[in-house]
Amino acid sequence: MIRFNKISLSLIAALSLFAASCDKNDTPTDNFDTSGTYIQNDQMARPAVNTVFVNSARKNEFNTTVPSAMNAAFNAQFQSVLTAFGYTQNALGQDKPTFAGLLVTDVLNVKMNGTTTFFDGTNVLTGRTLADDVIDTELLLIFGGPTGASNPGLTKDNVNANDKAFLNTFPYLASPF
Amino acid sequence: MKKKIFLSGLLGMLAVGGIIIAADHIDAPAVTGPGSTSPGNDITDVYAFQSPADNSKMVFVVNTQGLLSPGASAAASFPSNVMYEFNIDNTGDNMEDLVIQCLVQNGKMRVYGPVAPAATGLNSTVRVNGPVTEVAVTPYGAAAINSATNANGTKIFAGPRDDPFFFDLARFKMIIAGSASSFNNPGSDTFAGTNVMSIVVEVPKSLLGSASTINVWAETKSK
Repeated sequence: MIRFNKISLSLIAALSLFAASCDKNDTPTDNFDTSGTYIQNDQMARPAVNTVFVNSARKNEFNTTVPSAMNAAFNAQFQSVLTAFGYTQNALGQDKPTFAGLLVTDVLNVKMNGTTTFFDGTNVLTGRTLADDVIDTELLLIFGGPTGASNPGLTKDNVNANDKAFLNTFPYLASPF
Repeated sequence: MKKKIFLSGLLGMLAVGGIIIAADHIDAPAVTGPGSTSPGNDITDVYAFQSPADNSKMVFVVNTQGLLSPGASAAASFPSNVMYEFNIDNTGDNMEDLVIQCLVQNGKMRVYGPVAPAATGLNSTVRVNGPVTEVAVTPYGAAAINSATNANGTKIFAGPRDDPFFFDLARFKMIIAGSASSFNNPGSDTFAGTNVMSIVVEVPKSLLGSASTINVWAETKSK
């Protein structure tokens, strides 16, 4: 692994040298301050996780906990929120500890080949694209019970798309209002 | 009966989970609370998806400063003391093997990486020896200024965009407060007509390692 990193680093270094020599636009021309140490304030991957599952007193703590340490620090809290929701099992067949364990490590799992989506009816947690109705997915998994049919008034918010069309070309997000 | 159980569940959640505000809009009281001088640190949403224009590339988006009205958007800016950092784990241990570091100064954004971080964790130094891409920040009201595709295949954007997030948050708050028992149909998008300060980075998948699945998250860090 270390060897692989070294090789790719030297490749990258060679590429950026190439860039510097052949493309004026890529060559930093003015002073850009890159000094010092940047200290973490906020962290996020999956939508609404911190907001819904972490109590106010610990929100900052969650934002400054590295993902690999989140399960140990917050699993019990996530389970207690699910208990308060009346949660038993979701449509993925996950019991409370399993679902809490999935949610608590706040990273987006992203598939490197194929469809990248939060949930599209077939693929589950393979990324997050702009049009994904992530809130309905989360509401369904939290409130929908083992079949997804429980609490129909709470499993979707009936806002199914953004208010502006996304672009098919970079930067993909719609222009501002 | 069911409803009753449900409502008490929701009320229980109020006690356990505290006040619910939005997706992750405004989930960082340290940087968004009253008197905060660092609004640029609050991440609203993170996206990671295969480029719709080129399936050999992956797109990462971090949005910040939620619920900007059109009137407030012209004055919004990316603070110069903040690093917006995408973290990528390609070994399955939820620790970053690669970072993409975005800095904004004097109307320009510079993006360093993807490159191995100096160290994993809460503190970062800029990986100046990695690949660099630069673009002017798009002013409010102007057409999107996209960087040229860099020699390593990276393309970047920074500026105000429509908030792509949608949710009937207002109704959800009523449900939580016990003054409603279900969502409306149709619902009403609380984020309609609002903007965010957005950073978009598109990189070749080949720069992200050889894993079949990666884990991605975004962080804001300041000095």
